[in-house]
Amino acid sequence: MILPALICVLLLGGFAAWFSERWSPEVPRWVGIITLTFEALLLVLPYSWVEHADGLSSVWFADFYSPWIPRFGIGFHLAMDGLSLLLIALTVLLGFMAVSSSWTEIKCRQGFFFFNLLACLAGTVGVFLAVDLFLFFFFWELMIIPMYFLISIWGHENRTYAAIKLFIFTQVSSLLMLLAIVALVLIHHKNGGTYSFDYFELLNTALDPDGAFWLMLGFFIAFTVKLPAVPFHTWLPDAHTQAPTGGSVILAGVMLKTGAYGLLRFVIPLFPEAAHQFAPVAMTLGAVSVLYAAIMAFAQSDLKRLIAYTSVSHMGFILLGVFSWNLLALQGSVITMLAHGISASALFMIAGALQERLHTREMGNMGGLWFVLPALSALALFFAAASLGLPGLGNFIGEFLVLQGAFSVNMVLTSVTTLVLILAPVYALIVMQKVFYGPLYQYSLLSDVSRREWVSLGLLVLMTVWLGLSPQAVLNVSAPAMQNSIAMER
Amino acid sequence: MNINQLIALAPVITLAGTAIAVMLGIAVRRNFILSFGIAAVGIIMSLMALCAVWRGSPVQVTLLIRMDVYALFYMALLLSAGLAVLGFCYDYFKDREGENEELLLLLLTALLGASVLVASSHFAAFFLGLETLSISLFALISYPLNQTRPLEAAIKYLVLSGVSSAFLLMGMALIYAQCGELYFSGIGRYIASRQDMNVMVLSGIILIVAGLGFKLSLIPFHLWTPDVYEGAPAPITAFIATVSKGAVFALLLRYFVSTDSYAYTPLLNVFSVIAGLSILGGNLLALLQNNVKRLLAYSSIAHMGYLLVAFIAGGSISSVLVVESVTFYLLAYFITTIGAFGVVSVLSTPQTEADDMSFYRGLFWRRPWLAATFTLMLLSLAGIPLTAGFIGKFYIFTSAADGRLWGLLLAIIVGSGLGLYYYLRIIVVMSMNVEATAIKPAQDWISAATLAVLTILLVGFGIYPSLLINIIQSVSYGMEWML
Repeated sequence: MILPALICVLLLGGFAAWFSERWSPEVPRWVGIITLTFEALLLVLPYSWVEHADGLSSVWFADFYSPWIPRFGIGFHLAMDGLSLLLIALTVLLGFMAVSSSWTEIKCRQGFFFFNLLACLAGTVGVFLAVDLFLFFFFWELMIIPMYFLISIWGHENRTYAAIKLFIFTQVSSLLMLLAIVALVLIHHKNGGTYSFDYFELLNTALDPDGAFWLMLGFFIAFTVKLPAVPFHTWLPDAHTQAPTGGSVILAGVMLKTGAYGLLRFVIPLFPEAAHQFAPVAMTLGAVSVLYAAIMAFAQSDLKRLIAYTSVSHMGFILLGVFSWNLLALQGSVITMLAHGISASALFMIAGALQERLHTREMGNMGGLWFVLPALSALALFFAAASLGLPGLGNFIGEFLVLQGAFSVNMVLTSVTTLVLILAPVYALIVMQKVFYGPLYQYSLLSDVSRREWVSLGLLVLMTVWLGLSPQAVLNVSAPAMQNSIAMER
Repeated sequence: MNINQLIALAPVITLAGTAIAVMLGIAVRRNFILSFGIAAVGIIMSLMALCAVWRGSPVQVTLLIRMDVYALFYMALLLSAGLAVLGFCYDYFKDREGENEELLLLLLTALLGASVLVASSHFAAFFLGLETLSISLFALISYPLNQTRPLEAAIKYLVLSGVSSAFLLMGMALIYAQCGELYFSGIGRYIASRQDMNVMVLSGIILIVAGLGFKLSLIPFHLWTPDVYEGAPAPITAFIATVSKGAVFALLLRYFVSTDSYAYTPLLNVFSVIAGLSILGGNLLALLQNNVKRLLAYSSIAHMGYLLVAFIAGGSISSVLVVESVTFYLLAYFITTIGAFGVVSVLSTPQTEADDMSFYRGLFWRRPWLAATFTLMLLSLAGIPLTAGFIGKFYIFTSAADGRLWGLLLAIIVGSGLGLYYYLRIIVVMSMNVEATAIKPAQDWISAATLAVLTILLVGFGIYPSLLINIIQSVSYGMEWML
């Protein structure tokens, strides 16, 4: 019962936040904090659920099943393994960050804002838990709607365009996935005579190679749009630039990870042969994303847009790692997901903090901020360093493992990808140079990091250092799940 | 005709009786509330009669009408839709000048025609039902006197409807000339007995399809749709979009399944072209609209295209799944379309029809519940989860994928992407930040209650469709036994 509760708590909290606006516009954010605290407790406390898994291999900690639409063998089936656990933990952590960064930024209709924020998180948690393909698709679509509202109502000057672009990109690609899901189920029906959308039932469906390829492609496109990888990445810079800070945090930190999660959870286990054949193409796409987005990032003048492109670049690593077919690269992808979630969110929070103070995102209108905002600048330097992959911080571990794993598979591609180790410092340092160093742009007095920002950014600093210095704890949690999907490949 | 058949016909007789009662009521005392009361009670009684007849079905009432589960289910759907439209009509017309009582009478006769249509098993009943429906619609569309738009719309509909009826009759004549049968099963026996395709029958069916294509506003027979949708009063638009189209589609499906016309494979190619054009054309043209009613008109063209895809799949998959898919999709489409036009109707005042985008600016902050309802309806039209529209789209995907119609599926995906754009545009306009406090809405209790019920059904069927699926499955199996 814990698993549905994880989703319900967030959803109910969202409604509570919405209705609590009647008392005072300040209540909803407190409701958000309380809801997320509840969620965190629910996630951490019952660590003893390892025994409860029945009917599944020990990889799965917890399982919940209830019939939903028996006509098509659709069930409300949730299950949690190490990968889901880590990603939900990340979701909750970044949920706190999103609430914190929206604390003073959102000035109108707070109730509805926090409802959307929490509903978005609920949808994401649902995506990470669902092991029924129909249910997965349900949550997959559901998390987009609140995000759409977050951008289109509280976003910046060009929000309508960005929000509609986000919605259409994800919707069209996910319809391809729905088609693939339905086709897979129909093939399963022809083979066995029963309809079932259950992940574990569909895992061993016999497919002819041609059909498997097309089905795999349907899933792959949906996930790479969300990831995003070149050439499907164009919605991301727009969405990030226009989103309010809280929305950017969720989008970069959590929502992009659903694409990576989908690749790991569905594409590879369901279509091992087809995915294996497709691996060179996917890895190339990954490498192109890494390099192209890094170069694009360098060319941006809008701070949030720049960070958005660095996200695309980092997500390329995940694509590279997932299709490398070995434990090392897969584990690297997991660490990259977590580390990027933290560092990108932190950078977006800093960009949001700057925008709240300076009312601009243009780097041309900034400069010399180190003298005015020393603490914020130092934090920015820290996360810029994390993002460029400084050893000792989380992102380094992830990228290192991915590159090492991929090297054994495709030497040339990996060597080319490694060039990003030059490009990343270039874009990271150009931010520092333009925004924080240089001559002081004329400013009136600005307030430096507030106590609330210290707590949230400080927590992220600690997490990044911890991931960088002792990643083994995380690797241990995700190892069984990753080994499981490796085993399925064979 | 024996007593059993009379009892089976009770729902239709009740409806006809109510129409007469309303007419006599108007003659005695002209009172809108009174006429509304009689009409509403009559429809509810007819619905109750349906439940009573359900047990004894199927009953063949003369050669013309067959009261089976399929007919009963669709009648229930049409009558419920009629009841919802009646509710909107009450609030829409109660403050208007002129004599509005006959509107209710016309609604009842239109419903009568639609009910006969879905139950017909013979060309005569088919034509009588269709004409009763259409002739009532002409008058309904032009009901607001002294306005040019409705009049223009009605004339347009009248002319095109007349042309389509002519096509229809010609098609029936050709089929009759060849088969010597007007009874659907008889035609089915003829088609089954012949190995090769008969050109006369084929052209007859194509003419019938062209005739029905007008009613369903499929491209290339769609030209009347936006003008009529725009010109007609909002509740009547809802009626045309749902009851008229739903009944015709139900009949088309019954005709094809019971006469085994799927055997004429060239027809399926014709249908595929029509469906593809309707999906892409409807969605593309909707992109250009700034008028909400015209936008919904083009979107309804696209939706009929989606529905047609499931229908085409019947050529290669079992009719059970097809009937199930079409029925679920139609039901979801009914709920959403009536809901969407209901919102338009609630916002309209006797002076202006709320069809321009600007009426919806900042609606979220002025009338949050109404805006939320409209948003849900639009999301359902776009096929987003949590709404019945999503399950409907899922059904279409399933039957089309089972029938291996990959090209049409691609058209649906492209169409949905386009569709999302214009549905979201309305939502964006509604969520624009306009400094306005929530205003106290007018006292439209009946409309508000109807919208609330529709919204609950929409979300209920979207989250937990099993109950409905079970009922629809029994309908589609009932259809199977008919063969």
